[in-house]
Amino acid sequence: MLNVGKIEEGFVLDHIKAGKSLDLYDHLQLDKLDCTVAIIKNARSNKMGKKDILKVECDIDMLDLDILAFLDHNITVNVIKNGEIVEKKDLILPREIKNVIKCRNPRCITSIEQGLPHIFFLSDEQKEIYRCKYCEEKYNA
Amino acid sequence: MRHLISPLDFTTEELDKLFDLASAIEQDPQKYAHVCDGKILATCFYEPSTRTRLSFESAMIRLGGQVIGFSDANSSSAAKGESVSDTIRVISCYADICAMRHPKEGAATVAVAKSRIPVINGGDGGHQHPTQTLTDLLTIRSLKGRLGNFTIGLCGDLKFGRTVHSLIHALVRYPGIRFLFISPEELRIPDYIIEMLKEKKIPFREVIRLEDVLPDLDLLYMTRVQKERFFNEEDYVRLKDFYILTAEKLKLAREDMLILHPLPRVNEIDVEVDDDPRAAYFKQVQYGVYVRMALIMTLLELA
Repeated sequence: MLNVGKIEEGFVLDHIKAGKSLDLYDHLQLDKLDCTVAIIKNARSNKMGKKDILKVECDIDMLDLDILAFLDHNITVNVIKNGEIVEKKDLILPREIKNVIKCRNPRCITSIEQGLPHIFFLSDEQKEIYRCKYCEEKYNA
Repeated sequence: MRHLISPLDFTTEELDKLFDLASAIEQDPQKYAHVCDGKILATCFYEPSTRTRLSFESAMIRLGGQVIGFSDANSSSAAKGESVSDTIRVISCYADICAMRHPKEGAATVAVAKSRIPVINGGDGGHQHPTQTLTDLLTIRSLKGRLGNFTIGLCGDLKFGRTVHSLIHALVRYPGIRFLFISPEELRIPDYIIEMLKEKKIPFREVIRLEDVLPDLDLLYMTRVQKERFFNEEDYVRLKDFYILTAEKLKLAREDMLILHPLPRVNEIDVEVDDDPRAAYFKQVQYGVYVRMALIMTLLELA
């Protein structure tokens, strides 16, 4: 059994679908942070069989985690301070998602306009529907 | 600075003001013949559209302004690979207001982000065509005397027809509207519009045969099955002649029903219908000029 030590302050993102932790690493832009990150892949889980875990040692105000709500609802976000879990963070669907997903509508201006960010807005919170800011096409995962 | 990207960019109160101005222009066009003296409209049309472009140009010239522009992507810098963002930055230096048509959906939204002048969406792919919607609303208001409390039948290509989608979104803001959607199965109204109508509890019905609902209609909005919206030639050929409105069919309709069509028509309205007093589609073209005149004045803050 692999042991990864405690973190003092930061986040533990638990119950990540096995194999998906590197995607989250990219989406959260952790490569741009000068902090300790532990990526644990295929950890044993009673609930999921296998899961990934991300431990990020950073100031808790440094990360915007809302994108996680869009990427995977089942992720547990534990907020750590002084080595202890102080909060299980509720994830809120972001109002806007920038450069995470791409519009697949071949008639959309994003298909030809260079340098245009792919932006989606939350058009229906209950049904979790996102639409392209430009062509308003619904995003289908 | 305001733009017009979607017909919903204006509240119904703002639309009332716009339509009042358009009606005032209709009553006394001479009074407005010089309100845009010294102003320039740029018509940036990346795909051919004689009707919409000429309507904009006529509107500006009738207001005393002047017009520059291009009517085909091949004769513009787009052919050299220039982006919409760059084009609008350049056009902002040349003109006071811009009307843009582009085959890609959302092009006008991109333009607005970089523009220093008001942008009017003259149609972006299958997405929005707000000045057509304003034209339709003004025509209905002028000829029916009201916006609201009527049954409208929308017939033809309800799947790709952006004028239809925009008109529905605009009409649901008025009371007492009932929709009858008349289309072949393949060109049904999209589900998201059906969901929207259900949510708003707005009555609607979908039918295949025009004759079944003609007697119920206060307004009939005919559309063309557009070849450019199809990826597949076979589907287009199969569906293009599905509906043809003839004088014979019109016998079923009410005496005061209005027939609207965004034009151009191909053969979906028989030419013998043109002389019927219910045919309003050429009057609609005239209202299109008045409403664009009112819109240009409003966006240039000259109203």
